[in-house]
Amino acid sequence: MTADAFTALLPFIVLSAAAIAVMLAIAIRRNFRLIFWLTIGGLLATAATLPCALSVAPLRVTGLLLIDAYGLFFHALFLLAALAVALLCLAYFRRRENENEEIFVLLLTSTLGALLLVSSTHLAMFFLGLEVLTISLFPMIAYGVRASRPLEAGIKYLMLSGLASSFLMFGMALVYGDLGVLSFEQIGGSGAELAQKPLALAGLFLILAAVGFKLSLAPFHLWTPDVYQGAPAPVTAFLATVSKASVFALLLRFFTTVHAERSETFLCVLGLLAVVSILAGNLLALLQDSLKRLLAYSSIAHMGYLLAGFVAAGLLRRDLQAETIAFYLAAYTLTSLAAFGVISALSDEARETDRLSDYAGLFWRSPWLAAALTLALLSLAGIPLTVGFVGKFYVFAAGVQAETWPLVTAVVVGSGIGIYYYLRVVLAMIWTGDAVSAPTGKLHPAASLVLVLTALLVLGAGVFPQPLIDASTGALSRLSAGTPLAAE
Amino acid sequence: MILLWLILVPLIGGLLALPAGRWRDDAPRALALAALAVDTALILTLFAGTGEAPDPAWLAQADWAWIPRFGIRLHLALDGLSLLLIALTVFLGFAAVLCSWTEIRERRGFFHFNLLWTLAGVIGVFLALDLFLFFFFWEVMLIPMYLLIGIWGHENRAYAAMKFFIFTQVSGLFMLIAIIALVFLHYQTTRTLSFDYFELLKADLYPGAARWIMLGFFIAFTVKLPAVPFHTWLPDAHTQAPTGGSVILAGVLLKTGAYGLLRFVVPLFPGAAQDFAPIAMALGAVSILYAAKLAFAQTDLKRLIAYTSVSHMGFVLLGVFAGNAAALQGAVMTMLAHGISAAALFMVAGALQERLHTRDMDRMGGLWTRAPRIGAITLFFSVAALGMPGLGNFVGEFLVLLGSFRADAAITAFAALGLILAPVYALYVMQRAFHGPASPREVRDFGLREMGVMLSLIAATAWMGLHPQSMLAHTEATVNGLAQTLAQRGP
Repeated sequence: MTADAFTALLPFIVLSAAAIAVMLAIAIRRNFRLIFWLTIGGLLATAATLPCALSVAPLRVTGLLLIDAYGLFFHALFLLAALAVALLCLAYFRRRENENEEIFVLLLTSTLGALLLVSSTHLAMFFLGLEVLTISLFPMIAYGVRASRPLEAGIKYLMLSGLASSFLMFGMALVYGDLGVLSFEQIGGSGAELAQKPLALAGLFLILAAVGFKLSLAPFHLWTPDVYQGAPAPVTAFLATVSKASVFALLLRFFTTVHAERSETFLCVLGLLAVVSILAGNLLALLQDSLKRLLAYSSIAHMGYLLAGFVAAGLLRRDLQAETIAFYLAAYTLTSLAAFGVISALSDEARETDRLSDYAGLFWRSPWLAAALTLALLSLAGIPLTVGFVGKFYVFAAGVQAETWPLVTAVVVGSGIGIYYYLRVVLAMIWTGDAVSAPTGKLHPAASLVLVLTALLVLGAGVFPQPLIDASTGALSRLSAGTPLAAE
Repeated sequence: MILLWLILVPLIGGLLALPAGRWRDDAPRALALAALAVDTALILTLFAGTGEAPDPAWLAQADWAWIPRFGIRLHLALDGLSLLLIALTVFLGFAAVLCSWTEIRERRGFFHFNLLWTLAGVIGVFLALDLFLFFFFWEVMLIPMYLLIGIWGHENRAYAAMKFFIFTQVSGLFMLIAIIALVFLHYQTTRTLSFDYFELLKADLYPGAARWIMLGFFIAFTVKLPAVPFHTWLPDAHTQAPTGGSVILAGVLLKTGAYGLLRFVVPLFPGAAQDFAPIAMALGAVSILYAAKLAFAQTDLKRLIAYTSVSHMGFVLLGVFAGNAAALQGAVMTMLAHGISAAALFMVAGALQERLHTRDMDRMGGLWTRAPRIGAITLFFSVAALGMPGLGNFVGEFLVLLGSFRADAAITAFAALGLILAPVYALYVMQRAFHGPASPREVRDFGLREMGVMLSLIAATAWMGLHPQSMLAHTEATVNGLAQTLAQRGP
């Protein structure tokens, strides 16, 4: 292994070391605060190695991993999200009776899985990364073992995730059986005659089904609302952001490298999935009375929008596709963190605050929390001044340019329906009748920090999106002086 | 720079009003008035500078880079039309603050925040000459308006606020798609990616594309205007909004739709607009008559006034698509005059509701003896709205009919029937609410503050009616440009 390869792998090494260190620290001394600071330190140290990794990018390491600007953009995003989730965990788990330190180990390992996933260029690494991510998520979801909801959610996720993984394995086996290769490029190399390779094509569809499960695209979405509702709020935040974004980022890398866009059937299926997800997610969200379930269905719809942008931009140019996906995912991650952050900050020892009636009159009880949630909801609805609007603008720009009118229509219809249920929450918050529930307690500073930062970013990147656009177009690489432009 | 300040001042004023409400109960109001006063000063300097601008059409411009990735710029510009509409906006802003004086007692800081941000959004709409920026402001003015209706509105406010938002937002998305399509078609022919108005004026579209893109804009603007069949949000929103909200909605927000038609639909797609003119004019005529008929059937005073707004905005639609200079001037004049008369009528309705706790005209009657000032002012603005010569509304509607008669005699004759229906509903209001046996209840008459606002509105209406040239001169350059574009590039 060369020194360059070592530098490129630094983020993974540091993050793994941090996970081990945290684990050992727990074995020696159980102290929630200490473990928390160790975790933060580990995440920050990993983030600090990203510029080093960028300086050698793009670099292929061991045939399994490719370190490039695209992947590193997502690394930064996931580390940021993991930091936010760690802060939320501190506020959330601090007063719960349980042995809560392990949540940080799991957080670190699942983040590691996400980082591996977005950098993988080989089906083996794809599987490994996905499993590291998913297996860490099972205990995180079922962390409150004494309540029935988290347990139910954990088991549901475990079973269905296992099913999806078996689909994935079977799909990979079919691809390997037909083509005899596992690396993305080599699959892509034989891509021209993919249509004549029915087994490999079937394999790709099975892989798509597994990915669809992770992204909760309709019709693979059935687990989403229950798991979102049952999991502790910070874990839901992680699930909604890092877990989904990493799979989507991988989807883009995988499908562009294997040239899936050459197959019209494939694009049709993707487009169909997008339309079904948009409609199903938005329509079902109308019926929800729990904010977490509502956001779960809204995430189904958002994955649909993203897939619509993916298909449309894929018909145009690859760099536009990467930019659209990167920007939208970043926007969605920030927004979801803000939304779930509010839920997490409001939840107390007794239960998760997720019924809409819990939010009645929140605007007058704690205006700042309500403002943050409103901002997040408006961003999800794609209203200007928020980063969500710019994300939706990307989807529209790609859709109109590629003239994929059915997709554009679906996004318009979906957005129209979406406004209704997002505004229902806002309406609940500005409700001026008698205050129903007790006033909210004092916010933990860690939770306030997350909320202030994410809300400012949602607003800031909504009004001045250019820096985030620069970052997502891979201009990150130009910032580190003296290195050649990273082009995937 | 002065243009940017026009938008920033209300934004900052709103942000300051928010915490000020906790400090002192009447501080937000003072801040709102101060912000509007600063804007007035800015507008006066702009009026003073009208003669000296190098370009006869554009009095002031400002242009900064914003999102270079998409060629989006922070491009603001002001011509006579925008200047008059911004003046109207700020003028009615004062009226809205003053008429909420006693009505809004709770959460004053947040109320004035929303009010000022709505005004800032509207001013932004009137100034933006980058299509993305225009859309940005177009949406920005929605959220505070939504909150105004949703928080301080009347009994059915949640429904009304939601309907208002969904109608405008979904139609806005059609406009966004149309904007993007326009920009990318332009990009395909010229390889310059730009959302700039002047750049896109040069866009060469084939007729099929132009028609569809024009429709996207048209839908967004006619929902806002509103015209039949997209008007159903308006009666609900107006009825449920607090008085200040109704004043802004009727006086200013509806005008953004008309402004959009004048600024974007006609100049960007002259050919398509002319092909579409018969349909649009017919829609205008149908709006005039249908809404007038509906107005007559209402017993809710605010709902009635809301329908008359739809009816009057029908004249604007008719005038814009008639396309000659007289009709266009008439449309602009109607926008201004209706802005003032509708705002005044909503203030009367709001004042009555505050005093009687009802908007139902069946429960009014005989108010004249109890509150003669309110009665006289209602009479004045009812008469103004029905088009009495000598007042602003008459000038506008007369010019519209004059101009559109040349374009399409049949539709115009049909639309002119609206002039018969208008007195019917106007007199109906007077009769139901103010005449009849004296009301048994004590009703507080307008006080000094209210009379001050009303008298200035009366003065503005009378000024527009008696000396319309002072207004028409400002918009002449813009309107003649539009008429010329239509004449040259039409089929």
